[in-house]
Amino acid sequence: MTEAVSAPYGRDRRPFLRRLANASEPYLYSAPALILIVTVMLVPLVIGISYAFRDMTLLDPFSGGFIGLDHFRAIAKDKTFWLALKNTVYWTGYSVGLQFAFGLILALLLDKPFYGRGLAQALCFLPWAVPSFLSGLNWAWMFNPVVGPIPHWLYGMGLMSAPDNILSDPDLAMWGPIIANVWWGIPFFAITLLAALQSIPRDLYEAAAIDGATPFQRFRSITLPFLAPTIAITVMLRTIWIANFADLIVVMTNGGPADKTQIVASYIFTQAFRRLDFGYASAIALVLLMLLMIYSLLIVFLRQTLLKER
Amino acid sequence: MIRPKRLGMTLAHRAAILLYIAFALFPLYWLVKVSVTPNDLLYSEGVKMWPSRATLDHFAFVLEHSDFPLFFRNSMIVSVSTAFIVTLLSSIGGYALSRFTFRGKFWIVGLMLLTQMFPLVMLIAPIFKMLSPLGLTNSLSGLVLVYVAFNVPFATFLMQSFFDGIPKDLEEAAMIDGATRFMAFRQIILPLTLPGMAATLGFVFTAAWSELLFALMLISGVDASTFPVGLLSFVSKFSVDFGQMMAAGVLALIPACIFFLLIQRYLVQGLTAGAVKG
Repeated sequence: MTEAVSAPYGRDRRPFLRRLANASEPYLYSAPALILIVTVMLVPLVIGISYAFRDMTLLDPFSGGFIGLDHFRAIAKDKTFWLALKNTVYWTGYSVGLQFAFGLILALLLDKPFYGRGLAQALCFLPWAVPSFLSGLNWAWMFNPVVGPIPHWLYGMGLMSAPDNILSDPDLAMWGPIIANVWWGIPFFAITLLAALQSIPRDLYEAAAIDGATPFQRFRSITLPFLAPTIAITVMLRTIWIANFADLIVVMTNGGPADKTQIVASYIFTQAFRRLDFGYASAIALVLLMLLMIYSLLIVFLRQTLLKER
Repeated sequence: MIRPKRLGMTLAHRAAILLYIAFALFPLYWLVKVSVTPNDLLYSEGVKMWPSRATLDHFAFVLEHSDFPLFFRNSMIVSVSTAFIVTLLSSIGGYALSRFTFRGKFWIVGLMLLTQMFPLVMLIAPIFKMLSPLGLTNSLSGLVLVYVAFNVPFATFLMQSFFDGIPKDLEEAAMIDGATRFMAFRQIILPLTLPGMAATLGFVFTAAWSELLFALMLISGVDASTFPVGLLSFVSKFSVDFGQMMAAGVLALIPACIFFLLIQRYLVQGLTAGAVKG
């Protein structure tokens, strides 16, 4: 609270201009960021929502008319969309689940003090610094039998009948981007969970150890309850983020083979970028936005009920 | 005295850490390995851990005979300008959120949270339509404008958490001594937040350096291509020359890694501050 806002105006004897300057200070500070967010994000969002109800194709001068719900009717019949929706659930579920599990293990490993921890931490978090397009390309190369070792290893272990590219196998292709995503995203969970772990008071563990609690009991009754809020919020945010994350798919498989790796976000990008059909792309985006909002509301609702039951 | 059971635990712990480091670094190691493998050994020694001869020819070719130095320069211009502008805007914005209570603050925070929730792919088409008549498609300034807006909300929250960690008494004391708030902000608070600003700078630089989809959509000419766009068009055009592509990949990796190693300590601190609050 600052004097400008908290001081009762009646008794304020400072000159009017000075008071005005003080009162407008927070607005002046936040204005540049705010103006940018509104013009470059909020206005396009509203325009994008309007596109969903219009026939909007770039390079077609006759497009732009309102067509009501036609796009949504087309979506309901669009087989690729339904496949992409199924793939999105698959992609998001496995990516978030594996990133979280390994991120938690890594955070627990790095939470103990040991010699060389700083260096180990920097190396473990390094994948996060790799640009997403590059990690996509890099893993695509790793899966490519011409230059990559992975098909040969799998073949050597007897898991594959021939050293083929798993990105071109319709049944396995989705695992390529998922593995790349897990590799790339573990550090994010590890960093956030490590931060939360380090805020747990150490004496709690000591007290529990004196009372004879086993390490597993300590983990269950001290660590988990302390981590729970962080876990809930990061998993929720990350789920939304990964459901929207099309880079790896666009780079690694471009949705193929036969749309087997197409997720809704990459499908939107394909519609806008390749077909230049902005109207249809925006309609799909709106559907995705609605689904994600329902998901967040469900999670928030679930959390409220769980908290009440406690 | 170390009990055997404890020693076993310690060994298992170190082994697990090493295993993870190997998993984290192997793809990067492989990238470097292929980039120094001469073309004639690429297929015959494909799965070997290190080629019998190493060469820098691919790097020399990429630097001298391709457009990658241009892409590299474009990406540098875009990422550095984005990082500096965002850090400046988010510092003053984060300061306002940290130190003032004002009418509309709730809505501003809500708006910024909203921008973190909806799919950015949704904005690709409208932003293209908006920027195109302004002459901002196919231009680096258009890209900077878009990236700054995308990164400002998160950076502002990050900076806010750094400011929250600095006691208010400091600038209040300075203001009692007659400094204006802006002077107090600039001379006392900003120097204390330098680590936080470094973290924000690094974070935004990496984000802008990696961005692909908007760059693909907004840029069509070679002159204004950023590194991701250049590399991707290289992949689709000459999908045979793996050595050169990977050499280009290594070049794209260098700035991001340097930035990361410089700031990663601050970044963990910064997210710690954020996580403790959140």
